[in-house]
Amino acid sequence: MSSSRIVITGIGLTAPNGNSLAEFRANLLGGIAGIERMEIRYMGSQLAGVCHYDALRHQKKKEVRVGTRAGSISIYCAREALADSAVAWDAVPKDRVGIYIGCTEHGNVETENEIYNISKFNYDTKFWSHYHNPRTVANNPAGEASLNLGVTGPCYTIGAACAAGNMGLIHATQMLRLGEVDFAICGGVSESIHTFGIFAGFKSQNALATHDDPKKASRPFDKARNGIVISEGGCLYTLERLADAQKRGAKIYAEIAGYHVNSDASDYVLPNPTRQAECVRAALARAGLAPRDIHIVNTHATATPLGDIQECEAIRAVFGEGCPDTAINNTKSFIGHCMGAAGALELAGNLPSFDDLTVHPTINVDDLDPLCALPGLVLNHPRKMAEVDTILNNSFGMLGINSTLIVKRFVA
Amino acid sequence: MTKDECKKLVLDIIADIAPDEDLSNVKPDVRLRDQLQLDSMDFLDIVMELRKRHSIEVPEKDYIQLASLDSCADYLTPKFDALAGKS
Repeated sequence: MSSSRIVITGIGLTAPNGNSLAEFRANLLGGIAGIERMEIRYMGSQLAGVCHYDALRHQKKKEVRVGTRAGSISIYCAREALADSAVAWDAVPKDRVGIYIGCTEHGNVETENEIYNISKFNYDTKFWSHYHNPRTVANNPAGEASLNLGVTGPCYTIGAACAAGNMGLIHATQMLRLGEVDFAICGGVSESIHTFGIFAGFKSQNALATHDDPKKASRPFDKARNGIVISEGGCLYTLERLADAQKRGAKIYAEIAGYHVNSDASDYVLPNPTRQAECVRAALARAGLAPRDIHIVNTHATATPLGDIQECEAIRAVFGEGCPDTAINNTKSFIGHCMGAAGALELAGNLPSFDDLTVHPTINVDDLDPLCALPGLVLNHPRKMAEVDTILNNSFGMLGINSTLIVKRFVA
Repeated sequence: MTKDECKKLVLDIIADIAPDEDLSNVKPDVRLRDQLQLDSMDFLDIVMELRKRHSIEVPEKDYIQLASLDSCADYLTPKFDALAGKS
């Protein structure tokens, strides 16, 4: 059955508080958030999670100029993941590699930029960039990575709102099991902070966080939470079939244990705790695990007043009773909402728990909302665990798409 | 405008659209594509920047005139002079 066992062998990431897994993890355990103020077109200073990776580490200046931010983040994360995997990349048949990148949205940034550009020329469309179409096609982030890496296998994005990061890993797992590819680069990215539209949209929804102290702004489960902090970021993994990973002596971070994706079919923006609970239960069933077998539940909670309560209701329904060893945390309290990258980044932030037996906390909870008071919540300080063998990662998105991914400690 | 001044304006544009290139020794009589990493989209960039920065239009049938710095100067200098004459 080794062909159906899929393992994580490399991680590359950029988050608002770290440009490598080691830096990211250290800040999650150290309580260090990465939110700052940023000037947003038409809106002035806004809170945002900004990544500070070195784009020129893996791209030429011209690639950065011609490409998109999402493409650049994808290239950085993919190259870092490949380096981390220690795969002999030159010897890997590139037509047997797939790149699967989850995105919340793509194209808004460039479209806004072009409209702004032609506004300087009396809206004369002859000043509209010839790069607009290659920059805005939905597969752009994966396509730019394929160009940079010379990958000739299937490379595309998966649009799944804020469930997309998990979806990249889930889809890669499926394609490896189907034998469609032999090596996958997968996860999620987001360039969302470079579009004013997402800020304006959440503000019109009364769902955009405000706070005098940027680092306190993202506060899931706190009574004073008042919305989402929008962030950019990316996290890509290398996934392989176990036999292939073992054959080359790869370091193995974790094994994919189970997953599920479903849809609410109930509202454009409001989450549905019944469907979320169904998603979690189905992922558990696929993994052959009971709720009490899960040691860490990483929540999706974005710090909207209602959304957090809805997710807590779903988690309470599944993990409420009989799960004394299940710790529950949230990564957005450090990095805001990285949109399409959220699920992938948040999983990465928890993977080191297999080694250090520590659960990073949810920070900024000064006054826990009783409606979010789940048993097992890890608040403000890391928690040592007797054992960590399983991590369940939730990511949910607009139009009611839910994704749950479970990984487990690799045991040969 | 002298032809050398015109070449300088073209090189300024190329410096922005091909920032990895060393432009210190571009041979004026050799095709730009044969000595620099420039593709068809880059030439569209040159056309766009001439439009944006200098209000100069280069119709598609004349793109071939942008092949080298010398041909650029031969083709563009009269256009720059015509614009200067208008103002």
